[in-house]
Amino acid sequence: MTRTTRGAAFRGAALVGTLALTLAACSGGGGGDVDPEAAAEEGGELLVWAWDPTVEPIAEAYMEANPGVTIDLVNAGTGNDQYTALQNAIGAGSGVPDLAQIEYYALPQFAIGESLADLTELGADELDGTYTPGPWNAVQQGEGVYGLPLDSGPMALFYNAELFEQHGIAVPTTWDEYVAAAQALHAADPNAYITADTGDAGLATSLMWQAGGRPFQVDGTDVTIDLADEGSQAYATMWQQLITDDLVAPISAWSDEWYQGLGNGTIATLVTGAWMPGNFESGVPEGAGKWRVAPMPQWGAGESVTAENGGSAMSVMEASENKALAYDFLEFASAGDGVALRLEGGGFPATVADLESEEYLAEESEYFGGQKINEVLSQAATDVSEGWQYLPFQVYANSVFNDTVGQAYVSSTTLTEGLSAWQQQLTTYGNDQGFTVE
Amino acid sequence: MTQTAVPPAVAPAAAVRRRRARPSWTGWGFVGPFMAVFALVFLAPIAYSLWISLFRTQLVGGTTFVGLENYQRALADPQFWSALGRVTVFLAVQVPVMLGIALLVALALDSGRLYGRDFFRISIFLPYAVPAVVATLMWGFMYGTRFGLVGNINEAFGVSLPNPLSPDLVLAAIGNIVTWEFVGYNMLIFYAALRTVPTSLYEAAEIDGAGQWRVITAIKLPAIRGALVVAGIFSIIGSFQLFNEPSILQSLAPNAITTYFTPNLYAFSLSFSGQQYNYSATVALIMGVLTMVIAYVVQLRGMRKEA
Repeated sequence: MTRTTRGAAFRGAALVGTLALTLAACSGGGGGDVDPEAAAEEGGELLVWAWDPTVEPIAEAYMEANPGVTIDLVNAGTGNDQYTALQNAIGAGSGVPDLAQIEYYALPQFAIGESLADLTELGADELDGTYTPGPWNAVQQGEGVYGLPLDSGPMALFYNAELFEQHGIAVPTTWDEYVAAAQALHAADPNAYITADTGDAGLATSLMWQAGGRPFQVDGTDVTIDLADEGSQAYATMWQQLITDDLVAPISAWSDEWYQGLGNGTIATLVTGAWMPGNFESGVPEGAGKWRVAPMPQWGAGESVTAENGGSAMSVMEASENKALAYDFLEFASAGDGVALRLEGGGFPATVADLESEEYLAEESEYFGGQKINEVLSQAATDVSEGWQYLPFQVYANSVFNDTVGQAYVSSTTLTEGLSAWQQQLTTYGNDQGFTVE
Repeated sequence: MTQTAVPPAVAPAAAVRRRRARPSWTGWGFVGPFMAVFALVFLAPIAYSLWISLFRTQLVGGTTFVGLENYQRALADPQFWSALGRVTVFLAVQVPVMLGIALLVALALDSGRLYGRDFFRISIFLPYAVPAVVATLMWGFMYGTRFGLVGNINEAFGVSLPNPLSPDLVLAAIGNIVTWEFVGYNMLIFYAALRTVPTSLYEAAEIDGAGQWRVITAIKLPAIRGALVVAGIFSIIGSFQLFNEPSILQSLAPNAITTYFTPNLYAFSLSFSGQQYNYSATVALIMGVLTMVIAYVVQLRGMRKEA
């Protein structure tokens, strides 16, 4: 929260002003009966489902700028809970919001169900180049754009520098070093673990992504699943070492134990998305000054490849009766004045201009001991490996991850066997749902 | 019955029709409001579930009528059977333990020899007043091997208790929570039944020289057999519908509690993570029928003993 200086806010506002002008010029040419700006002037009501706390100040700012518009912001649950509610509303055909926050991994599922409006007609194609490639690819399905990025999660290594120093362990730059550091750390202090994991589909798929694995290939309704490809197996082999030697703490992410562990030196590192600093500041006050950010460990020495983890977009629902107005608000939140407000709230931007601004890069984070963490995170955003696809039923896939792959954490099953079981279940499900899965 | 059957035979045909028609309509007038609500909230959902269980909705391809295919699939679904097996084990172990403890406590309270009876009665009943969600969260915290009670015990006594939330023990851990929650409730049912036993029977037993044990087996237990059957049926239904506890503990033990841990959890996952509403309805209906059959068998057995 304290990270964003006033200067950044000004700069953000200035940038946004320019952007708005450019867009105004563009949409003036397009015109037609679906003109977002005219809709904003005309006013109306919008129902928005989002759990991200920074959406609220954005909605307020938007209502202030457009007095005719009333935004009803509803927190219908975080992540899966909200998708459940959304799916129910879509199924029932009533109560569907105009806009909904949807994580990137879940977007294809809603897009293929034709629940989301294609934003190209409303001018979203003009935003090409505004966002970093990771999130921009994630909101596209085929020819359409089905949402605008709210944030992004290029991955980095968050580590407890104090702990590493205390035991004289070097910060790992490759995954081999990471495993070695895990062993050294646990040997030096049996209560300390390199990280905590009880089987997290998001982390697993992100590590496969970074390793060059492309287990999910989607072309319309033709889906290919290959969780035995080289990248996926590289992940499985490496992570298996950590599990076999009991080097990962069996603590589920976001639990009380987890927050405590991050603060008290039980958990030494987290490899996760760039949206994490805000959570550190609010959830792990004891960790202040101890934690630092480093580039994600690499699969080969000297490389610099990252992947995305988490992050969400906001989409206009197909059922919305006021898509033009909804889009106008969305653009405000995603590429307009809203971005500065989100940064103030500790979010990580998906917009290139913000990531490249010198002021943003030069910011020193008090929590991270005065480190210029945005330099690392911004670099991570540009290093995201391209060509990753999620399944059009990733929400389901992630829900059964622990049934299959998760067994490797609690039994003699290996990750490779778990991945094969996962693949089998996903293939069955996909075919049941009318996809052609190979 | 026989009395009402006689007059129509004597009375003229027209009178019979009038007499039969009028009461039936008046009756419906009284029952109507209930029937309307009953149809809306009980029959309609069941009918709707039956209806949608005959279809299959796909993400690609929409909805098609598939007849009984979903039922066929459920009967051959290893995940469904593993869920059913798990709650059956739960039923076979947890219910007798819970009802046994409840009975023991009820008999102790009823014996009149317990000092501070009202205090014990209320404190044993108290867990039932704690919402299941809160109780599970609380127990989940205590089960923690790192910061929870189990962790503290390990640390204080230098022992290493097994993790209650590991796959082998998690069912027992859930059984413990459910027992804790429902002993008080069942105790109250038994205790209430015990209070209705006329004291003259005890006096007679005393005169006959019967000891406490004899009084229990010959008077108290036979007297509360109805209550035992009722509590048993409730517990069977509760076991088959096991959902809250595993669902909440899932976030603490995601690998030990699968998405098909219990039939209800399976139906929930099918419908809300997999959007397989049709198949989910099928699983729910099959479980409903199974529960009814087993509860009915227990009731029949209980009644026969009574007779």
